[in-house]
Amino acid sequence: MKTTELDQNPVREFDAQAASFLVRDLRRVYASGKTRDYGWRVSQLRMVEKMATDCEKEIYEALRLDLNKPEIESFVHEISLTKASCQTMLKELKHWMAPQKAKAPLTVFPASAEIVSEPLGVVLVISTWNYPLLLSLDPVIGAIAAGNAVVLKPSEVAPATSTLLARILPRYVDSSAVRVVEGSVSATSLLLDQQWDKIFYTGNATIGQIVMSAAAKHLTPVVLELGGKSPVVVDPNTNLEVTVKRIASGKWGCNNGQTCVSPDYIITTKSFAPKLIEALKQTLENFYGNDPLNSKDLSRIVNLKHYNRLTRLLDDDKVCDKIVHGGQKDEKRLSISPTILLDVPLDSLIMKEEIFGPLLPIITVDDIEESFDLISSRSKPLAAYLFTMNKKLEQEFIGTISAGGMLINDTALHLTVHSLPFGGVGGSGMGNYHGKFSFDAFSHKKAVLHRGFAGDASARYPPFTPKKKAILKALVIGDLFGLILALLGWPRT
Amino acid sequence: MGELQERVAELRETFRSGKTKHAAWRKSQLQAILKLLEEEDGEICKALEEDLGKHPVESYRDEVGILAKSVKHCLQNLDKWMAGKKVDVPLVAFPTTGQIVPEPLGVVLIFSSWNFPFGVALEPLIGAIAAGNAVVLKPSELAPASSSLLSHLIPIYLDNKAMLVIEGGPEIGQELLESKWDKIFFTGSARIGRIVMAAAVKHLTPVTLELGGKCPALLDTLDSLDDAKVAAKRIVGGKWGPCSGQACIAIDYVIVEEKFVSTLVDFLRQTIKKFYGDNPKELKHIAKIVNKKCYMRLKDLLHDPDVEASIVHGGSVDDEKLFIEPTILLNPPLDANIMTEEIFGPLLPIITVKNIQDSIVFINSRPKPLAIYVFTKDEHFKDRVIKETTSGSVTFNDALVQFALDTLPFGGVGESGFGRYHGKFSFDTFSHEKAILRRNFTEINFRYPPWNDLKLQFIRAVYNFDYMRLILLVLGLKR
Repeated sequence: MKTTELDQNPVREFDAQAASFLVRDLRRVYASGKTRDYGWRVSQLRMVEKMATDCEKEIYEALRLDLNKPEIESFVHEISLTKASCQTMLKELKHWMAPQKAKAPLTVFPASAEIVSEPLGVVLVISTWNYPLLLSLDPVIGAIAAGNAVVLKPSEVAPATSTLLARILPRYVDSSAVRVVEGSVSATSLLLDQQWDKIFYTGNATIGQIVMSAAAKHLTPVVLELGGKSPVVVDPNTNLEVTVKRIASGKWGCNNGQTCVSPDYIITTKSFAPKLIEALKQTLENFYGNDPLNSKDLSRIVNLKHYNRLTRLLDDDKVCDKIVHGGQKDEKRLSISPTILLDVPLDSLIMKEEIFGPLLPIITVDDIEESFDLISSRSKPLAAYLFTMNKKLEQEFIGTISAGGMLINDTALHLTVHSLPFGGVGGSGMGNYHGKFSFDAFSHKKAVLHRGFAGDASARYPPFTPKKKAILKALVIGDLFGLILALLGWPRT
Repeated sequence: MGELQERVAELRETFRSGKTKHAAWRKSQLQAILKLLEEEDGEICKALEEDLGKHPVESYRDEVGILAKSVKHCLQNLDKWMAGKKVDVPLVAFPTTGQIVPEPLGVVLIFSSWNFPFGVALEPLIGAIAAGNAVVLKPSELAPASSSLLSHLIPIYLDNKAMLVIEGGPEIGQELLESKWDKIFFTGSARIGRIVMAAAVKHLTPVTLELGGKCPALLDTLDSLDDAKVAAKRIVGGKWGPCSGQACIAIDYVIVEEKFVSTLVDFLRQTIKKFYGDNPKELKHIAKIVNKKCYMRLKDLLHDPDVEASIVHGGSVDDEKLFIEPTILLNPPLDANIMTEEIFGPLLPIITVKNIQDSIVFINSRPKPLAIYVFTKDEHFKDRVIKETTSGSVTFNDALVQFALDTLPFGGVGESGFGRYHGKFSFDTFSHEKAILRRNFTEINFRYPPWNDLKLQFIRAVYNFDYMRLILLVLGLKR
């Protein structure tokens, strides 16, 4: 459906030549040094922030068209986080750009050392459809802050937002250095054929592999922001009322489960599960009423393909009798109600794939500690959540489980904290961003060492003698006394 | 499952047991490396002499000594690095504490190269152990004595449940790449680097690629002849010193102003004689070419007729001993292989420019090098090089020494690779920085649906850091 729309629009013809010209032009702009300038970076960041303010209404509308996203979610998750990201950069950028002094040891005395952050060059950002504004602009903000020229390829699966970005971004930022390319798979592959200095990809592991393969040809470093099945461990020793609200808000209140850090499944004890389910049901009713398919506060499923994928997960023989709440669907409106499943088998489809939708399976164990093995035996998730009042359990959870990030007693919120790196590990991706980490993701850390012409230790040079080795040994080990002895020619025994 | 996979599976089992995560384990292994370096210094030097003809002092300076320094630095700082750090959290997430905790990646694979067969094998190994990983090391088969010594010594000194040396050639390398790793750390050429990264795609494994490139040395016209002599000494030391130019950070070529070139060549000649002796057939204290293949490659670079005509010093070769004399070439054609390929051997082209400032354009028109060396007293020129060129590192008025600093990241950019190591950077390279946020159960209800205008106002106030408005809303004084 979407391809036809694109095919009918001849203006958007993007071919191999256009792709190579685009990169060539950006390289020229980058080489001029314009994007390295602090003033340029600041002015661009201010304009991105201004755009998010000025175009609020249009953004709401695009997100409504693409995902039926509730306005408040659009405001909090997309507009506010984009603006907060700009503000963090604007506040800290000068400080981050300044060379960082490094200690120079005795071995190279006299010398001074520093680490200089420099832009990588011309970078590609490929974003995704679930937070089509935030996940497009947030990496672009990092790329600009670090002084790069950048091409943004928004996802064609959220066409209204993609078109909106292509229309408004050039009006606000310097379009000689920041470009938007719209299109589907073919446009993305044409872009991937080009040589970039960094590729920042948000999406799934399958495309992540395609991106990394393309990057390998040009030795391009990549950041892959993927997803995975993020577990929520609920210890019976918790504040149940708050726990369920926070799970529900992180699951259904974030784009109806179509979020990379969304709680994918819950692990709790057999005895606690009925209480937890009862409380979740109650919360869902409080949040979305008796008829969630008609709730204005829930996003819809993005498209038919994903709707079918999710129904397939539900229709799996192994799980269709496990639904304890919800399960209503409306194909016409691409709507699936918040659904809870109990004790689905671990080899069912829903427990093997990332769910990325409003279905929430609950796995039960006898003892809550068993959840650690269960999580560790699977691919490393992007996020791992634990609800408990038990400090010891909390400590064990942090020490044992590997995940991109961890949040204790809440869900999803950690990605709003710009002082924390956001990114996956293992199956959930590589590299991280947000705040200073975004700046670093798009910077090269250049080592700079300053020396004068004095202070040459002849021990460094041939012809080599045993005395030279003694001097080197003392230097290397930082043994000042040994060094003096060696220089004076008194061997130590 | 093949034998290799079984052994790797054992390492994974060890990692899963949690043993390698303990600070005590990490420290004991680091101590063991130190012990290995101290006790086996002689054996290591012997292997290096056999593989590369390195003099024991060169071996100590470039490999054993540097490694001992790295282990010590690591031992001194490990507790601090492992502790992670607390971070500030904005009011939106109040009441909350944020923390970044480094955790090991798992089972990692290190490919090292033949030119510093101990240095570039153990330096990343130190980082991988410090970060708490299980490790497979695949040393280069092109330095066979060193490879076999490593595979002999490591199981003696280190925990062989968590560390494995696998010897072998490209087929073994291929086989290793088939397995799943949590990180691959590769030192070598860009060509193999591409193969490694392409193989890493299968399991989406992060990689660090430590490659090379043509590292230029820019020599400004120096007023003081004493300074010029020191510069020449350091250029000779930076070219022929490390494994006879077979080093990723060795000086590849020199750029100098026309008016200064004869001074430079004179000083270089003098220094070469002083360092390596008068008789070019009997040079001492300089490493040999690693093997016939590399020797032939270098000979081919030299025997291009236009290139041969540009030789101003040296140029003699000995097919039997695989020997190539330290050779200086003046203005070989820029399109000749010697100026388009990484030389990785004892040949030093000198390119002249009218004004040393022109060298910036020259460098920028070529792939980004691993290192740039600049000999100058001109602060403005220094500043231009830092700001207008890109390279893994820039060193002023010296060469190679940047490698010895634990406080500076070592690694390339563009064609010279990506990722970095040494000191804390090694620890970071083999760690995942896990973000942790802790909250209690204090609750503000405006976070949750059903949505209404009042909640939207609350949220707006919070995100705009408009605390006054927030208070008024909480008190019900504003709607």
